[in-house]
Amino acid sequence: MISDLFSVTVLVGILASGIRLATPYLYAAIGETFGQRSGVLNLGVEGQMLLGAFAAFYVALKTGNLGLAVFVALLVGAVMGLAMAFVTVNLHAQQGISGIGFYLFGLGLSDLLFQKMLGTVETVKGFPKVDIPFLSDIPGLGEIFFSQSILVYGAYLLVPVAWFVLNKTTLGLKIRSVGENPEAADSLGVSVAGIRYFTITLGGTLSGLAGASLSIGLLNVFQQNMTSGLGFIAVALVYFGGWRPWGVLGGALLFSMVNALQLWIQVLGIPIPSDIAVMMPYVLTILVLVASVSRVRAPSALTKSFERDE
Amino acid sequence: MTETTSPKTRRGGFRLQLEPRLSEPSRWFPAAVSLGAIFVALVLGGIVIAFAGGDPFRSYAHIARASFGSLGVISDTIVKATPIILTALACSVAFRMKLWNIGAEGQFIMGAFGASAIVLTPILPAETPRWLFVPVMMLAGMLGGALWGFIPGYLKAKFNVNEIISSLMLNYIAIAWINYWIFGVWSEGGFQMSAKFPDNAWLPRLLDYAESIPAFRGLTTHAGLLIGILAAFVVWLVIYRSRWGYEIRLIGDNPRAANYAGINIARNVIFVMMLSGALAGLGGMSEVTGVVHRLQTSPIAAGYGFTGIIVAWLAKLHPAVVILVSILFGALLLAGREIQPSGVPKMIQGIILVSLIASDFLLRYRVRLIRTEVEG
Repeated sequence: MISDLFSVTVLVGILASGIRLATPYLYAAIGETFGQRSGVLNLGVEGQMLLGAFAAFYVALKTGNLGLAVFVALLVGAVMGLAMAFVTVNLHAQQGISGIGFYLFGLGLSDLLFQKMLGTVETVKGFPKVDIPFLSDIPGLGEIFFSQSILVYGAYLLVPVAWFVLNKTTLGLKIRSVGENPEAADSLGVSVAGIRYFTITLGGTLSGLAGASLSIGLLNVFQQNMTSGLGFIAVALVYFGGWRPWGVLGGALLFSMVNALQLWIQVLGIPIPSDIAVMMPYVLTILVLVASVSRVRAPSALTKSFERDE
Repeated sequence: MTETTSPKTRRGGFRLQLEPRLSEPSRWFPAAVSLGAIFVALVLGGIVIAFAGGDPFRSYAHIARASFGSLGVISDTIVKATPIILTALACSVAFRMKLWNIGAEGQFIMGAFGASAIVLTPILPAETPRWLFVPVMMLAGMLGGALWGFIPGYLKAKFNVNEIISSLMLNYIAIAWINYWIFGVWSEGGFQMSAKFPDNAWLPRLLDYAESIPAFRGLTTHAGLLIGILAAFVVWLVIYRSRWGYEIRLIGDNPRAANYAGINIARNVIFVMMLSGALAGLGGMSEVTGVVHRLQTSPIAAGYGFTGIIVAWLAKLHPAVVILVSILFGALLLAGREIQPSGVPKMIQGIILVSLIASDFLLRYRVRLIRTEVEG
């Protein structure tokens, strides 16, 4: 049985689903990276994802228009992000706690809407696989990397874009300075509130997309609490990745590969208790946090609200 | 230079201005603001319910009737409030030191696990008398929770690992951990639950005394309520009347001053997380021995740890207020069991929490309406 695990088809299958499963982590965690680099911890990702997932699923089911579905999910995420930004920036809320409020809100509301508007678990035709010409014909690698849906490609594309914006643009410099030393940024004329509004709303928008990538990309169903902790892991991945997009990518891949492996272990009936396997990603997160704390430093102003002295 | 007529003449109006409060607001003010925040939350929740096609007034009336309408449902409300009292106390102890323990959920689950292990391993035989069973299970529950609090506390103290993330991850590990046991070794005939506990491992309930006091017939309120009230009293003693509590409050208010005063912050981080975990674990013990009577995932991992965060915040971390607020939230959860659609209570909890945190703003700032004079 163990030898089954190492046959080429199985390996390709695990890697391909690992690449696919990283999608929601990537969208949510890259969005969260922007927020945290500007000094804001958004713990409401899970709730934003659930609402995005529901919105996308509902629109796709009723209209069949996947583009519109993604757009609505982005919009829902953006509205949630704006609300979070208002509570965080204008009302100076304690971020760790208010995020839990947004989580419960999204969890409850998506459940409420699901029961009111759908009632039963249905499936929807989600984004199809898009084969990239020539590249998808490469044996093995083609199936792993170049035969995925457009949402998957988008997630991986987001990583270099995020890296570029954060490190090579003025906007990125402003975001980082607001996260490191808001007082200094403010004295140089950077609008701390404006930057944080932008990053939190961006984070919410991407979380909405992360939800959509689950409900109309990976699973093509909507169920109550379907994210089951995925959004919280995305927050942890930002710590895991040392607040850098490439680090986040590494973490997301590690997680999704462990997930994929664990699914295959169950499918193949290998006698490792599945609940122990389920624990592994969470244990891993904690271990990596321990290992990385001395190496990388969090943005200095993370979770600290900024009040201008006037 | 005298002020001359400004070229732009403005019409009279009002302008909002924010000023930091320099003095403490009067005693009633925080309570009034909290009540106002809840009111705003209920209005917002009502709007969402209406948008989703429900009738907010009927939903709220239903919540009130289903939770306080008769002696029977009041008793059920108290049953729901009991685990919340303990998780909220757990959160309030940690939050007092500005330790953001989001892991009361996992600590609660591990408390339930610890208590169950006494019966299921079995550490004590099934015919053990109740007077021995209950205290041993309480200890085991506290131990399970304290261990789950110790981990993020130790990681924070030694390696400066963010306790929000680590305690959050431990919630999921705890769920997988009890699933492992109830699917495997402790499974009852292959179902996802353990065998029922023997009667003498149950916390006594009011209905047990129905023979001598007929009014108690059918009332499921159990001794966990007493445990919760006692725990609230102990927490009050520790936080407000002990040297340790003084240290905890000082670290929370001003860590730098605490450091200068020679208080060992790292040690306190570990101990406070363990105390917090032990309280949540006691909640898990009370739930598993008072209500569920077997180890089973869904009724134990039902989100009491998250509700505890809200209640702690709403009660302004005060132990006595925690009990009152827990009863209100118990009502919300109880009504939620029957109310359709079922997402309403969680959603309202979320809105209440956000508006409460936002309302703290009013405690720190004075909002003044300033009349802008007609000029010119």
